[in-house]
Formats: sequence, structure tokens, C-alpha cells
Amino acid sequence: MTATPVLIRFAPWIFTVGLFVIWEAVCRLFAIPPFFLPPPSLVFGAMVQFWRPLVDNSLVTLVTTLIGFLLAVGFGLLLGLAIGASRTVYAGVYPLMIGFNAIPKVAVVPILVLWFGIGAVPAVLTAFLISFFPIVVNVATGLATIEPELEDVLKALGASKLDIMRKVGIPRALPYFFGSLKIAITLAFVGSVISESVASNRGIGNLMLQAQALFQVPLVFAGLIALAVEGIVMYAAMAWLEKRTTGWAQRSGFGT
Amino acid sequence: MSAGQGAAADPFVRLEGVSHVYGGAAALKAGTGTLAVDGLDITIGRGEFAAVVGPSGCGKSTLMKLATGLQFPVGGTVSVAGEPVTKPVKIAGMAFQAPNLLPWRTTLDNLMLPLEVVEPHRRRLRWNKAEYVDRAERLLASVGLAGFGDKFPWQLSGGMQMRAALCRALIHEPQLLMLDEPFGALDAFTREELWCVIRDLHQRTGITVVLVTHDLREAVFLADRIFVMSARPGRILVERTVGIARPRDLEITYTAGFQEIVHELRGHIVEARR
Ligand SMILES: Nc1ncnc2c1ncn2[C@@H]1O[C@H](COP(=O)(O)OP(=O)(O)OP(=O)(O)O)[C@@H](O)[C@H]1O
Ligand SMILES: [Mg+2]
Repeated sequence: MTATPVLIRFAPWIFTVGLFVIWEAVCRLFAIPPFFLPPPSLVFGAMVQFWRPLVDNSLVTLVTTLIGFLLAVGFGLLLGLAIGASRTVYAGVYPLMIGFNAIPKVAVVPILVLWFGIGAVPAVLTAFLISFFPIVVNVATGLATIEPELEDVLKALGASKLDIMRKVGIPRALPYFFGSLKIAITLAFVGSVISESVASNRGIGNLMLQAQALFQVPLVFAGLIALAVEGIVMYAAMAWLEKRTTGWAQRSGFGT
Repeated sequence: MSAGQGAAADPFVRLEGVSHVYGGAAALKAGTGTLAVDGLDITIGRGEFAAVVGPSGCGKSTLMKLATGLQFPVGGTVSVAGEPVTKPVKIAGMAFQAPNLLPWRTTLDNLMLPLEVVEPHRRRLRWNKAEYVDRAERLLASVGLAGFGDKFPWQLSGGMQMRAALCRALIHEPQLLMLDEPFGALDAFTREELWCVIRDLHQRTGITVVLVTHDLREAVFLADRIFVMSARPGRILVERTVGIARPRDLEITYTAGFQEIVHELRGHIVEARR
């Protein structure tokens, strides 16, 4: 079978609809109790019925996530530049970063609550903490992998370290940076939802927790779908940004 | 004729009793560094075309780095144009086996890169842009790349990228051109085309050229003098004056006299590898 361009274009929709159809069929066929796994029809029903709280809380989660994400971008960019530019900073900071990244962020939430109380601040900070790591690593990698020969060409001309960073290092690190944003934004959602479900009275995470407590299982799933949609939209936005800013890297396949 | 008068007349690049260890003085004391070259003596005259051949890892690239002030020797002296080398030598242009063009810049902007770095062009570039663009375009035309300035590197073939890299090495009008296996990655026909580009450039400008290569035919065709290096730690084993009259045509590579020199050099390298 040959895949036509039209088929490829519609494949994402076909597969998504197909997933829901199978899900619905399985629920009906095996008569699965809705409080265990509600069929999509019930989930969509819940979405219609509770659209108002769903939209409100989605927006709260989105804003929280974006603030944490933007903090991560700023901080990650700075730290990544510092690590990529200086061997000393690299040697000193990298082990700390690895250790820090290994800590499950759920474990940090109680500490954040202790410091900042229940609410949006721990959620923003969790989103930040979980998403800055890939940005730092990618920016530093982009800077650290400058071809030594090219560096020699410029050094022989009397280029300073700063010159080399400006003319080569930073432009070279940009595709890595924008590539990392896709990963970082999805992680930021994970962070804010974790924190919301443990230590907040707003946001999708909190809504799902409450719905669960009240045994409104279809609403729990509706929350999941809202999160998935937000995640896809933000991922697509970052992918678009990446394409817009660093198209050369995708066309050339780097370093050839 | 610009070249072939030998080094004694007007020495331009001079290394005397040079030894070099990577890793700095500390590595030398601790004995952990690699002794890359040892007791290296080489003198290259102004306007001369010199080629350096030798076994892999013998210190040819190290020689280039020492002569351009990218590395400093632990022993001996290095001087270029009569000045001891204590910092990067800005009158040199360099090209390597990989063209290393920046993929986000057009070919023309890639050529401009050195001008954005090196004085006095750096200061003048902004107000004299047209003059420099003109210079870059003339340079591109001289290597057969006229009209390709607005193409990105990934839109050029490997040979064309190498030509552009050569132009980048020449844009600030250096007096010394350092080529480290510049044609190693190209097919035989493209390589011979580029030999002629370099030959004509040398003929036209009288620039001093140091070429590191693994291709003995390339060395004999292009150079006035060929230096054969020993295995690491590298020093000069043999110095061979080519003595074929210029201008040289590609046809001479098929003559008996040419083949003879290639064979002789081959013998020296086999010796050096032992
Ligand atoms: N940056 C470096 N740090 C440490 N050792 C190095 C470095 N560069 C080269 N060396 C060592 O110095 C020696 C000479 O290296 P060099 O690159 O000059 O060889 P070469 O003659 O150019 O080899 P090739 O023909 O393979 O290019 C080698 O043994 C190498 O291991
Ligand atoms: Mg080498």
C-alpha cells in the first residue's frame, strides 16, 4: 500500500478518532463500569456539562505553566551560556545539575508549600524547576560543540572569546535551544499539574483531584483530555517557533 | 617568477629547534603530555610555496598551529615576517579539510566573517561595506564562484564549499596562507581543479603558502619545496626542492620527471613510518 500525501495529512485525525472509537467499543463490549473506565461518550458529556470549571481551571494551569516556563527559559539560557562558555563553570555546576535533576520534583513540592504556602507560587516554581534542565543542557551543548578548526580560524585572526561566542557559538546554539523548548514546555505542564494536585485549590490538577474524591470519574478523564489538548497546542507553538527561527538547521542537517 | 628562490634569501616563516608538548608546561614536567614535535627546524621564504608531508600524527597540524600562534612551543623559537610569534599571527589565513562554513550565513556573509573580527577591517567594515562586498565578489569570481554569494553553504557542492573556505581564508589579504589537508575530502577531479585554483592564486599574488597534505602528487605539483617529517615526535627528515618550471600544467603530473620525485618522496615516507 502506498501512502498518499492526503492520507498522511489526515493520519493524525484518523488515528485520534480511531483511538476514541476503540475505547468506546471496549467499554461497551466488556461492560466496563463507568466509575472504573468511563467511555469517551460519558467523558465528552462531562466536558459539555462542566465546561465552565474546565475552561477556568485550564486557563489557570496554562498561565501557571507559562510563567514557570518563561522563568525556565530566562534562567536556563543564562546558565546554559555560562556553562557552555566557561570550563570552570561547567566543571563546577554540571554535577550539581545532574544531582538536582535526579530529584523527583514531587518531593520538592512540600518544601515549596512550607515556604510559600498553598497556591500558585509552588505550582509556578515546580514548573520552573522541572523544565529548566533540558534548556540548560541544550544551550551548553550547542556552545560546547563548536568545530575546533573554525575556532582556530577565528582565533588566528585575533578573535576574543566573546567574538567567537557572538559570531559562532550563540547562533549555533539557537537550534538546540529552540529544540529544547518543545521538551521544556511539556515538562512544565507536568510540574504545574503535580503541584496543583498536591498543594493548590485551583487548576486542572486540583479539579481532577476533587472530581476523583466525588467519584466523578468522567470529569477526571475530561481533565486529562483538557491537559492533553493544552500540551499539544503549546508543543505545536514551540515547534512552529523553532521552524521560524532556525529553519537553516533543519534544511542543512547541521555541519555538513 | 615569484618563488623557488629558496628560504635563505628572505626567510618569512622560521621555526628553530622547536619542540612542543600539548597540555602546557605542567604536562611537560609531569611527563604526561604528548611530545608532538621535537627539534623542528624549518625555514620558508617569502613568496615560497612549501608543502609538508609525513606519517599521520607526526605533528603537521601542530606545525601549522605553532606558525600561526595558536600554540606556543615549550622550546625553540618561532618567527613570522621577522617578528617572534607571541600572539595569533593575523597576517595568516587558514583553511582545513572541513570547509566549516556557517550554515546560517550566505556564502558572501561567510566570507565577511574574518572582516568582522580582524583589525583594521573590523572598524572599517560598517562604513565601507560596499568596498568589502566588492572585494568578496571579486574573490569568489577568481575561484569560479561568481554569482554564488547569496547561496547558503548547504546549497553548494563539497568542492564549491572548499572554494568558498579558501576565499574566507584570503579575504583579509593575508601574506601567509596555511592549508591543512584542504582537499582531502574531495574527489580526484575536483581536487585537480582546485590545485589549479591554488596554483593560479599563488602565481598571481605571490602569497607565501604552507600546504600540509597526504597526497604526494599534490605536493609535487604545487610546491617549490617539500618537507618530509619523521614519525612523532616530528622533525624534518628530508627537504626536497622540486625544481619543475612554472607555470605548471596538469599534464606534467604524467611526465617521468614528476613521477620520479613522487617515488622518491614515497620512499622517504615509508622510511619515516618505521
Ligand atoms: N589538542 C591536542 N591535545 C593533545 N594532544 C594533541 C592535540 N593535538 C594533537 N595532539 C597530539 O600531537 C601529535 C601530533 O598531532 P598533529 O595533529 O599535529 O598530527 P598530524 O601530523 O597533523 O596528523 P594527521 O596527518 O593525522 O592530521 C599527535 O600524537 C596527537 O595525539
Ligand atoms: Mg593534521
